[in-house]
Amino acid sequence: MSENKSNWPLWEVFVRSRQGLGHKHVGSLHASDAEMAIGNARDVYTRRQEGVSIWVVPAESITASSPSDSEALFDPANDKVYRHPTFFVLPDEVNHM
Amino acid sequence: MHALLRLGDDALVLAQRLGEWCGHAPALEEDIALTNIALDLIGQTQSYLSLAGSLDPDAPKTDDELAFLRSESEFKNLLLVEQSNGHFGDTIARQFLFDQYALLRAEHLAQQTFDLDAAAIAAKAVKEIRYHAAHSSKWIIRLGDGTSESHSRIQKSIDDLWAFTGEMFAADDVDIAGSIAGLLPDLSALKTQWDVEIDRVLAEATLVRPKDGAMKTGGRTGVHTEELGTMLAEMQILPRTHPGASW
Repeated sequence: MSENKSNWPLWEVFVRSRQGLGHKHVGSLHASDAEMAIGNARDVYTRRQEGVSIWVVPAESITASSPSDSEALFDPANDKVYRHPTFFVLPDEVNHM
Repeated sequence: MHALLRLGDDALVLAQRLGEWCGHAPALEEDIALTNIALDLIGQTQSYLSLAGSLDPDAPKTDDELAFLRSESEFKNLLLVEQSNGHFGDTIARQFLFDQYALLRAEHLAQQTFDLDAAAIAAKAVKEIRYHAAHSSKWIIRLGDGTSESHSRIQKSIDDLWAFTGEMFAADDVDIAGSIAGLLPDLSALKTQWDVEIDRVLAEATLVRPKDGAMKTGGRTGVHTEELGTMLAEMQILPRTHPGASW
């Protein structure tokens, strides 16, 4: 059994909370198929009422950005503070933004 | 009282067995799944035993007193649920055979109007048991329709436990009185439904339904297999050694 377990593929788990609008990544787990992954995710990640909806995605299907590219990808945004919408004067009616 | 004790004891003894897997299941995910099921069953136990204990106004008992201060012969659970865990397949087979029965029983209890307290407990339990039954059924299919080794091992698990299935449907005075009152389901009708579900899952799992042979009974009258005594000794040692202890 323990041999089989090490062969179970890895799945990434996304859970939408009661108030949340989107699914948030909460962690990963092992399962032999998608159905088992949903069951395992339910047991591991929603046992304290954390969620109302679960997505599971095979970890191998996720393409991640490379850490070595992070300078080129992310540093150029550092000095472009004007991209934040904080420079606009808001009318009083929308002051809760 | 007897009917509620049986419901509570089935859940309690099975929960204690499942709890023994904590830290030992074949995968972390399954470890949590089995102990989650155990916790669901302990919740059901608390409700059923509290209700059972409140029914005798002259000598009311708490759920803890009923769970921890009764002796082996006072437990009225099915022999099936007290059987030791064996390997993972044995545990799944025991769970599968019980879940299908427990689900049908809880569905009836949730709908009857003879005892509304019991109906409320069962209505909550139905949702839990529905998940338990889906979990154990899927494992039966996965193991039965899996490798040749998993197939032969889960077939043997079901064969070994089959002699304990007759007790679920062997109606005695308590069952018949409860059925006439409306509280309990008619066990022969329940068996027909149980057969359909069991056959459906076994067929999908490419497993063979064992032939009905001599069935083992006794749990409902307190005559248990040797498995229960050792389990209760471990379960009850703390409250018996330190009466009234709390933490």
